[in-house]
Amino acid sequence: MTQDTRSNFAYLDEQTKRMIRRALLKAMAIPGYQVPFASREMPMPYGWGTGGVQVSAACLTPDDTLKVIDQGADDTTNAVSIRKFFETTAGVATTERTAAASIIQTRHRIPEEPLKAGQILVYQVPIPEPLRFLEPRETETRKMHALQDYGLMHVKLYEDIARHGNIATSYAYPVKVQGRYVMDPSPIPKFDNPKLRMAAIQLFGAGREQRIYAIPPFSDVVSLDFDDHPFEPSKANHACTLCGAEHTYLDEVIVDDAGGRMFVCSDTDYCATRQAAGTASPQTAPSQPHEAQP
Amino acid sequence: MYVAVKGGERAIDNAHAWLAEERRGPSDIAELSIAQIRHQLALAVNRVMAEGSLYDPDLAALAIKQARGDLIEAIFLIRAYRTTLPRIGHSHPIDTGAMACDRRISATFKDLPGGQVLGPTFDYTHRLLDFKLMAEGQAPADADADADAAAASTQTASPTPAPATMPRVSAFLNRDGLIQDEAPSAATPPDMTRQPMEYPADRPLRLQALTRGDEGFVLGMAYSTQRGYGRNHPFVGELRIGTVVVEMDIPELGFCVEIGEITLTECETVNQFTGSKTEPAQFTRGYGLVFGQTERKAISMALVDRALRWEELGEDNMGAPAQDAEFVLSHADNIQATGFLEHIKLPHYVDFQSELELVRKLRAEASTPFSEAAE
Repeated sequence: MTQDTRSNFAYLDEQTKRMIRRALLKAMAIPGYQVPFASREMPMPYGWGTGGVQVSAACLTPDDTLKVIDQGADDTTNAVSIRKFFETTAGVATTERTAAASIIQTRHRIPEEPLKAGQILVYQVPIPEPLRFLEPRETETRKMHALQDYGLMHVKLYEDIARHGNIATSYAYPVKVQGRYVMDPSPIPKFDNPKLRMAAIQLFGAGREQRIYAIPPFSDVVSLDFDDHPFEPSKANHACTLCGAEHTYLDEVIVDDAGGRMFVCSDTDYCATRQAAGTASPQTAPSQPHEAQP
Repeated sequence: MYVAVKGGERAIDNAHAWLAEERRGPSDIAELSIAQIRHQLALAVNRVMAEGSLYDPDLAALAIKQARGDLIEAIFLIRAYRTTLPRIGHSHPIDTGAMACDRRISATFKDLPGGQVLGPTFDYTHRLLDFKLMAEGQAPADADADADAAAASTQTASPTPAPATMPRVSAFLNRDGLIQDEAPSAATPPDMTRQPMEYPADRPLRLQALTRGDEGFVLGMAYSTQRGYGRNHPFVGELRIGTVVVEMDIPELGFCVEIGEITLTECETVNQFTGSKTEPAQFTRGYGLVFGQTERKAISMALVDRALRWEELGEDNMGAPAQDAEFVLSHADNIQATGFLEHIKLPHYVDFQSELELVRKLRAEASTPFSEAAE
């Protein structure tokens, strides 16, 4: 790969990257705390990963190998677009293999394969504030974080249980980091929440909302719950049709007009690796229409 | 057998090729030149410069061409380009009092030093389609001559001999102490493009956000104050459009040089104010300043600025949207808004899947107790 010389390495100028790195260092020092940063306009729209792109740009070195996923897949259009952006502006090597990447930018998933020390996982974050839909005002939510006033969140979870018998949050499920800050893990399915304690560095970038936060390796990350209603990660109760995995997060794919559907790993690299290794026991027939289907 | 859909990359390339073709349109129709857009769609160019926060008519025209006339898309192109520009330094504050005005009107005084200068305005035109403009390729030389004659013969719309400096209307009022004084400040204002937005935002920050804010949004907010949501009785004290010089200190030279001229629209509103616990009865001000000839935006900005000053003036918070700085400022930027709005086009199937699981679970649980009860 060669870098397009019309822009600086990884698009952003060095001053901007330095500003972002300072925010990243602060974020690593205060796990789960949202650090304001002077987010720049990027050549892709706000809400399409500008925060993640800025964080990746600030972390990339010419020797890095980058992987970009969206919904767990390398081939979704926006992942393709962001990967191309860094191929052109930074000229870095890219890969689809989780293990081969030094930096992984993701939207909505944590890869199935456990990450190792030395890897960086960069999340794209739409709304960094876990309290936002309980309290729309930034001035108020910042105060609540400062005072560790998370009663409102627990009341919300309690009301869910009172009303539905369950906590009715299935993605972007709030967590508490290192016993201090309540944090939005970005809209990953709650299935992924247990993986948030990991060996790799996790960085979160919210471009439009101008916030960066981080989870240093092996930080305690606890999904909020109650003693009598413990947190439960959930997934479709099936095995992957392509690789037979029973422990991965699955996408539901509608395969015919009769509502026939099949379930496949959302992590395309993980699924492909298993298939190639022959660990797969693929079920060729799509499953019957789901019982809950009207 | 299901095969995961590959080929996003090719699809994207093809979509872009099609877009390029659509942008160009039929090849038997002459292509628009940047100069044509710059000079004949000047008000679109002005809006792109204002909301793109970059004063460069040629680049704005290019952005409009590339964006197929979608102004928000054009503004986005300009903003993305603007990010890459190094910050060399700061100009001196511009002096709009020394503006070479093309247009200068006051709605509060019938006549005033400097006069009322209409300039090139749509005001008082009858909005009738001019089918003459449809006659292609005709250089409307006669029409130009007519316009010049009309301008010259109108008493108040004299384009030429505007005095070098036009005194400010608000200064007349201020002489009598009838208008609230703006305290001058030598403090370096914050820069919203280099620092994250912080609430509560002070006035310089609010004005920065408003001047690059979406014209439609700021207009809507201003309109809402006129209709009673945070009413503040505005008069257009003065509206002026013209060019000002931009000067900058060049460290290597050790003195300040003129680096260019820009066109601006400035609006100062005079607002009725009956006094509060802390302030005597006097007029108050709202302020709008926008790149280019953009008077709808400048007036809107002044109204919203005034509405946002309720706290400083000791007025009541009516709970009106236009009084709520955090609400106004965090939703005024059309690039942020359009990006976040349109991102819902991106795949969300992972989240949707987890919602599916949840709804199925809740439905299954909801139906169980009934069957148990029936037994």
